[in-house]
Amino acid sequence: MIFTTFKRITRTGFVNFWRNGFLSFAAIVVITLSLSAFGGLVFASAFGRSLLTDVKNKVDINVYFTLTAPEADILSLKKEIEALPEVADVEYVSADQALSAFKDKWQNNALIMQGLTEVGGNPFPAALNIKAKDPGQYGNIANFLTSKNTEDQDGTPIIDKVNYEENKIIIDRLSAIIPTVEQVGATIALILILVAIIIVWNTIRLIIYTARDEISVMKLVGASNIYVRGPFVVSGIMYGVVSAILTLVLMAGFAYWSDSIVLRLAGVDVAANFSLIVNVLSAYFVHNFPQIFILIMGSGILLGGVSSYVAARKYLRV
Amino acid sequence: MIYYDKVSKIYPDKSVALDNVSFGVEPKEFVTIVGHSGAGKTTLMKLLIAEDYPTAGSVFLESTNVHSLNKKQMSKLRRRIGTVFQDYRLIPNKTIYENIAFAMEASGHTDHEISADVPHVLELVDLAHKIWNFPHELSGGERQRVAIARAIVTQPDIIIADEPTGNLDPTNTFEIVRILKKINEMGTTVLLTTHNKGVVDAVGGRVITMENGKVIRDDKSGKYIL
Repeated sequence: MIFTTFKRITRTGFVNFWRNGFLSFAAIVVITLSLSAFGGLVFASAFGRSLLTDVKNKVDINVYFTLTAPEADILSLKKEIEALPEVADVEYVSADQALSAFKDKWQNNALIMQGLTEVGGNPFPAALNIKAKDPGQYGNIANFLTSKNTEDQDGTPIIDKVNYEENKIIIDRLSAIIPTVEQVGATIALILILVAIIIVWNTIRLIIYTARDEISVMKLVGASNIYVRGPFVVSGIMYGVVSAILTLVLMAGFAYWSDSIVLRLAGVDVAANFSLIVNVLSAYFVHNFPQIFILIMGSGILLGGVSSYVAARKYLRV
Repeated sequence: MIYYDKVSKIYPDKSVALDNVSFGVEPKEFVTIVGHSGAGKTTLMKLLIAEDYPTAGSVFLESTNVHSLNKKQMSKLRRRIGTVFQDYRLIPNKTIYENIAFAMEASGHTDHEISADVPHVLELVDLAHKIWNFPHELSGGERQRVAIARAIVTQPDIIIADEPTGNLDPTNTFEIVRILKKINEMGTTVLLTTHNKGVVDAVGGRVITMENGKVIRDDKSGKYIL
């Protein structure tokens, strides 16, 4: 009996979905718009996060050593820095590595290569690239480096330059802006989601309002609440499923379109250097598809189903 | 079987629809309730299926006070009563077949019973050829006959028909009366309201006459007298 009831409710829900073509279309448009707003938020936050991580990664402190600094001293300093709690990563670039990296980069430029030969020897100092766990912590690391007396056995300072002061302004601004951006983003997202839910809820309510006489007749014929309400919930869920599929297609389209636009605007060569921009959205979409699918499909089903369930309640009191 | 016990109904706008009405209906009786528009006939019907609540008094079906039931019991009670509404109240986006099948589904009939009984009952009201049409494609008389088919298909104990001939021409009117009499002969209690003298005379059973919310006459085998 439960199975029969379920079967009948589902069938009626499907039939009503088709027969009320225009209403179904209207509901699907509204729910698709709302889900697209969700999708837009997902993309915006993914893009924003990727941009922030990239900028954060680009910010670091470089410690340049004198050309005569012994490698052993540099490595022992590296160990000390690595032991600091604020430090995420320390990379040692030896003088030879710096030279070969330079050569690789400019190998096709005869003029520069010629200049390098004329200078003779290796003009590049060894360096340590230090990354902090949080941009706000570079100050402490810089203080540690300046306060520490770094000299070799002969008493000559081995550190030539710490470029913290140059990066200080951008680092400070970034530390101040990031939390604000995140808070504002979350607030806008919440408001948008709330508006979307209210609009969908009202649309579904109107659809069920047009069927209020039908509902009362069903009740007076002796149908139980589940028999009357069930088909509306099934139709509501179908609105959600169809809208979710449309939204996912739209999102996929937008992801690939936006990538090609960025590529064209930036020029492929430049964009290749900024790995952050290229393929951010499409890669994100493909990589997180199961989560995005569940989020969009789940929201669609919930929006359509729950709205219908609640909206029908009002007219069941016959 | 049905008992109205000192029932009064006053609507929120202070108009009195029923004023201390009491009467009983025996099983298998065919009772015609007559009176002018606004005499309280429709309210009597609405109270029996608990579409509305009395201001005072009680309505009993057998020993059950119909207004004391919970939702589930109410649905069960309504399945024992087939209702033919004055304005048909067919479901617009269902075909004739589905409109009738719905009443059977609601009362828990099997798919097999539904596919056998629906065509049969439509034959009974002479509408077998319109089985896949939608209500808006039918004439008034045809819609009223569908409404009757829906009311009788579940083989209820009681049929209540509220002005079923109100919008029909004489030919259709007598067709409806003929069907209702046939159902009554098969053992179903029928409550019919009308203000059509011809209908009362054609039925020829017990007649309750109402005026301004009161029962003013109750004749065992009455005529239409107002």
